[in-house]
Amino acid sequence: MFTGFDFEVIQRSLPYLWQGMQFSLGLTLLAMLGGIFLGTLLALMRLAPYKLLSYPAGAYVNLVRSIPLILVIFWFYFLIPLAMKKLTGNPYASGIGPFYSALIAFTMFEAAYYCEIIRAGIQSVPRGQASAAYALGLDYRQATTLVILPQAFRNMIPILLTTSIILFQDTSLVYVVGLTDFMGAAGKIARRDGRLVEMYLFAALVYFIICYSGSYFVKRLQARYNVGR
Amino acid sequence: MIEMKNVSKWYGTFQVLKNCTTRVDEGEVVVVCGPSGSGKSTLIKCVNALEPFQQGEITVGGISVGAPGTDLPNLRSHIGMVFQNFELFPHMKVIDNINLAQIKVLKRTPEAAREKSMSLLKRVGLEVQAEKFPGQLSGGQQQRVAIARALAMDPLAMLFDEPTSALDPEMINEVLDVMTELAKEGMTMMVVTHEMGFASRVAHRVVFMDAGEIVEDAKKEDFFGKPRSERAQHFLSKILHH
Repeated sequence: MFTGFDFEVIQRSLPYLWQGMQFSLGLTLLAMLGGIFLGTLLALMRLAPYKLLSYPAGAYVNLVRSIPLILVIFWFYFLIPLAMKKLTGNPYASGIGPFYSALIAFTMFEAAYYCEIIRAGIQSVPRGQASAAYALGLDYRQATTLVILPQAFRNMIPILLTTSIILFQDTSLVYVVGLTDFMGAAGKIARRDGRLVEMYLFAALVYFIICYSGSYFVKRLQARYNVGR
Repeated sequence: MIEMKNVSKWYGTFQVLKNCTTRVDEGEVVVVCGPSGSGKSTLIKCVNALEPFQQGEITVGGISVGAPGTDLPNLRSHIGMVFQNFELFPHMKVIDNINLAQIKVLKRTPEAAREKSMSLLKRVGLEVQAEKFPGQLSGGQQQRVAIARALAMDPLAMLFDEPTSALDPEMINEVLDVMTELAKEGMTMMVVTHEMGFASRVAHRVVFMDAGEIVEDAKKEDFFGKPRSERAQHFLSKILHH
């Protein structure tokens, strides 16, 4: 069946594909950390009793969740150089390059999704826990970081990881600003060597293995936590 | 020690506390009782500002709870509180539950905090459970840890919000024993409870609430001997005859 196919091409291009994969994983990891950090701040803002904090955070989350990711990536790529020119007054100011603009785009975009997860996680911690923390004399920051968030994150780990697996798949969108991730690398070789079927099959297999083992790990984790509770 | 003057509180248009006035003197044990929904828990939570109130004044040790400039964390660190559902921190070991506020609020060294925590655990009979997580203890044990956690702050007064309501019957006494001992040592205590046996043994005064009002505020002997109000008589007849 596979006569006429050349699977050697995969082996030949492994170093290049590995570079692409490192990029994909690196971007995923950085965007995940940044997104969770920013998402936590947004979630705390949304839950704050002050409209001055909760309204802007809510508006941001709803806005970002209503536009496609690819648009956000484009935006940052084209807007940041414009903004830099305006800010510095230097008409030749270049942007911050495609990598950082993509990283910022992913972080800001994912933050909106993480925010909603983290908000639900914080709300899953019984109110009495905050009361107990305050009754001991802890202030808002201490009660949040020492009592509420550790429990919230423990409840959220499975869904945070699931979201991060989707984020990993989404990183393939960086091709629109000319970056080469794993998917991009596979595509380039496929076109250069005329080996579309082989390369795209291989890429699909790699994504499947990584994402499936990720989901499996999450499932195991979930089963363990449910027993522990 | 604790003084309340004409405290009123509304949830929206519903008035949960109506002009409540009472006091707890130093070394005194005051039991607050009354039917469900009468506002007793709300009242006790107002004392350390876990619940805001709209009218009236509460002072603890001369410091106003409701005043805008009050350093609430500092005030609360001097008032111990024990909750109906224990509210131990489930992600921390028993010992760390007791250490936490000592280190973070009172700025004790970890060693000093640990020493204090262990002596308190010993006092409530749980020193062997120090390294366990709250989820591994029974309800009665958890509540005793919660009492130890509150005592670790060397509080001026202790608030108990239905400390035995969530417990199985056979565990109620182990918690009441700890509370009785505390009272004997002269701790200032305000206790919301349905345990009338505890009230008649330990309390100095009994406050009876109904529908957000303090209906009766009397010495224990008077309250159990000859309650003046019909509502209190009715309540006592229901709660004592079974």
